[in-house]
Amino acid sequence: MSEHLSTVAAPTTRPVSTVKQRSQRELVLRRFLRHKAAVISLVLFIAIVLLAFVGGAVWRYGYADITPAASVPPSAEHPFGTDNLGHDTFAQVLRGTQRSIEIALLIALLAGLFGTLWGAFSGYYRGLTDSIMMRIADLVLTLPLLAVAAVLTRATSGSWWFVALVIAALQWAYVSRVVRGVVLSLREKEYVEASRALGATDRWIIFRHLIPNALGPIIVNVTILVAAAILVETALSFLGLGVQPPDTSLGLLVSEADTAVSTRPWLFYFPGAFIVLIALTINFIGDGLRDAFDPTQRKVRP
Amino acid sequence: MSDPVLEVEDLTVSFPTEDGVVRAVRGVSYQLRRGEVLGIVGESGSGKSVTSMAVMGLLPASARVGGSVRYRGQELIGAPDKELQRIRGGRIAMVFQDPMTSLNPVYPVGDQIAEAVRAHNDVSVAAARERAVDLLAAMQIPRPRERARDFPHEFSGGMRQRVVIATAMANDPDVIIADEPTTALDVTVQAQVLQALETARAATDAAMVLITHDLGVVAGSADRVLVMYAGRPVELGGVDDIYYTPRMPYTLGLIGSLPRLDGRSERLVPITGAPPSLLDLPPGCPFAPRCPMRAEICDTDEPDLLAVGATDHLAACHFSADLDGRRPEDVFAQTSLDSAGGAR
Amino acid sequence: MLTYTIRRLLVSIPVIIASTFIVFLLVTLSGDPLANLKGRNPPPSPQVVAVEAERLHLDQPILQRYWTWITGVVHADFGPSVRTNVDIGHEIVTRFGVTLRLIAVAVVLALLLAVFVGVVSAVKQYSGIDYGFTFAAFLFLSMPSFWFAVLLKQGGISLNNLVGGQVVSTIGERSVIVEGGTWAHLTDAAGHLVLPTISLALISFGAWSRFQRASMLDVLNSDYVLFARAKGLSRRRVVVKHALRTALIPMVTITALDFAALISGAVITETVFQWRGLGDFLVSSVNERDAYAVLAWLLVVAVAVIVFNLIADLLYALLDPRIRYE
Repeated sequence: MSEHLSTVAAPTTRPVSTVKQRSQRELVLRRFLRHKAAVISLVLFIAIVLLAFVGGAVWRYGYADITPAASVPPSAEHPFGTDNLGHDTFAQVLRGTQRSIEIALLIALLAGLFGTLWGAFSGYYRGLTDSIMMRIADLVLTLPLLAVAAVLTRATSGSWWFVALVIAALQWAYVSRVVRGVVLSLREKEYVEASRALGATDRWIIFRHLIPNALGPIIVNVTILVAAAILVETALSFLGLGVQPPDTSLGLLVSEADTAVSTRPWLFYFPGAFIVLIALTINFIGDGLRDAFDPTQRKVRP
Repeated sequence: MSDPVLEVEDLTVSFPTEDGVVRAVRGVSYQLRRGEVLGIVGESGSGKSVTSMAVMGLLPASARVGGSVRYRGQELIGAPDKELQRIRGGRIAMVFQDPMTSLNPVYPVGDQIAEAVRAHNDVSVAAARERAVDLLAAMQIPRPRERARDFPHEFSGGMRQRVVIATAMANDPDVIIADEPTTALDVTVQAQVLQALETARAATDAAMVLITHDLGVVAGSADRVLVMYAGRPVELGGVDDIYYTPRMPYTLGLIGSLPRLDGRSERLVPITGAPPSLLDLPPGCPFAPRCPMRAEICDTDEPDLLAVGATDHLAACHFSADLDGRRPEDVFAQTSLDSAGGAR
Repeated sequence: MLTYTIRRLLVSIPVIIASTFIVFLLVTLSGDPLANLKGRNPPPSPQVVAVEAERLHLDQPILQRYWTWITGVVHADFGPSVRTNVDIGHEIVTRFGVTLRLIAVAVVLALLLAVFVGVVSAVKQYSGIDYGFTFAAFLFLSMPSFWFAVLLKQGGISLNNLVGGQVVSTIGERSVIVEGGTWAHLTDAAGHLVLPTISLALISFGAWSRFQRASMLDVLNSDYVLFARAKGLSRRRVVVKHALRTALIPMVTITALDFAALISGAVITETVFQWRGLGDFLVSSVNERDAYAVLAWLLVVAVAVIVFNLIADLLYALLDPRIRYE
């Protein structure tokens, strides 16, 4: 089995060969595009983002507007209905989606960046530095997110970026462990050795060789982190420990609708469905990226 | 001469992949008689392993297999799995390349051998275990009774391969297929493992297919040799025919790249280039781009495997007649420099 | 193995100390636990406030307060609670029992389901069944637990209305009054368990079934599975005896690790179904800025994490003959 695969990958000296040499990037893109669920999810996710940010700006109601129609079910005027005060639920869901996506992306950015740097330096220097840095990461992993987030948001205003900061402060350790593992194996590769022999500085090796080559696993893990972050943020907001009113997020909307689920079900179902849709699309995109970056996981499709 | 135990006729195997169809095996035929050893030689990717997996019926479901494989006249291609199960391990046994991965890490080796015994014989667990101990003893494993209870990781690579060979001979098979049995091992234990294989073959009087990329291994063990290139047999003949009067430039090149220990100091002659991709093979002889004797016809017509000289000696080359009596350095040496320059 | 166990437990003590210390600092710095008392109308006298502050060790410096607490814990004294009627030690034990019951059943359910789905998915890779199971797994992976729990609760209420009786309970871990003997108590507890268990189990199921599928695929593509087939074993025997047995090893580890994580994950489920378990204890303690109560919660979770990590490693050694600890 492995034999014929290695033949396909082997460069050929025949000038008329029909197998073109493709760049790594092209290959990754091609494999991603073959994952239908991932491609559909990517399109859907972009559509949701556009709907939230562009649609939210041009929609006839603002999220804080109080319309004369209170507690009406979905209609042409209010596609997702209204709550008991007359807030347009569609406007609120769009606003909540904006917030939730902003928070998730900020978490991914902060945790991804910090975790990558931490893991790369830890894996590159090994020895005592590695031990100390990894024990710190382990310690962070033992801190229960819920307790820390609860305590910290209680203590502060609970603005959205602060919620993101708290979650990121605990999630980076996951990324750092993954990156460290990859870097530990990469640093033994010949090209790193060669670079070191040529007198490259540690920083040069880390930023020019190690991190770029670990990009695949980093991207995949950060993508999955985004999906997890959406769920964590909404869960915290649901418990009243995340985003605080008058601001809103999808989790907060669900929590406000919790008691009204039998009387005004639209208040509950729409924000919840948006959370599921966002997390689902991101998870599928992550799955597609994993297949694209790591084709060894995949057998030939029949 | 007895009837063949295994007949492979015009076997083809292809795999659909993301980039197109890979034609891994393109028409392999051979016959194997009781007690005979056939060596199959080729570079990795030449289709020699895929051929034997097709014989065992163990290719992944995505593989498309054509042609015919007959065990004592019984067709195996397309046979129901129940039927194949009886033959696998019972009549045709196999030894894999890497002994470090062919044994299940969580079961004692004795149990894994006993399992093979019980798959084909209606015997008690105790009896099967007893047979496993005997087999380990036959494979020169010291203290076989205690060792049977040990796990694979407690054995060295060479010993694990002997455990695998013991499993293969457990049911007195008619055919043993050994797929690069020594490739993954240290040079120092290769001879022991080859010896163990010969012991197993002699004890069961089985025919053997010995797959390898090492002509040296074949020279010492095989009766006949099949040389494969790019999924096709390019030369088939008795071991002496192949070594002393090869009629295909590729075989000649393989022999030329073999170091000699008989005191004659000659330069090693490399074959330049790499085997072709098996995706959308262009017409013509697949070896042509690397061949020092390449002519126009080589780019248009793929040569058939035809009888040359002695009986039972077949070669696939438009110019096999010209190769009569030529030595590797005659054919390769003066051109190797040019083509090396051209390839780089 | 015993030495290994003891060494592992000793090594984890500093982790617990560091982790509780950080959380202690966070809770202490997050606000004044006497805010509620001081905010009363009419305002309590300064003496009352001072007595209360002393009871909660607020008169000590922060480091000393932590020291008081950690030395108390060694003697099973979990410190004073802001809520005067609450004995933290007693409370945490009762609530741990409630949460454990929920998690244990959910884990078993999720594990059985995940192993079955993961194995079928792997054996039938790229079939319709595989795609169906994959979508289901991703759906549950993407489902916010609170939304799903409320959905289930709503479904339970509808079911009860439809049948015209109490088939499944949607509130609490047991009924306030149960008439009858042990059997009545058992069925009552079971009726309360159904919905929270399903909601907790299905969330774990999503990730676990994907994991089981990946681990199974790994093994199915291994040489020794091929070799087992080459011995002439039936496909079923190879899948069950060779592939599943080996593919379960990493799964056991993941389950043991997630078991501990579920203790904090059950907070949401407990909130929705109004179970008086550990989760509810944490939320109310945070709301009261009850530092010692939060610490007690953290201690239980941290010890659970360490114990289950250890169990995971020991199980690994038991299942995989290649692993030996000395």
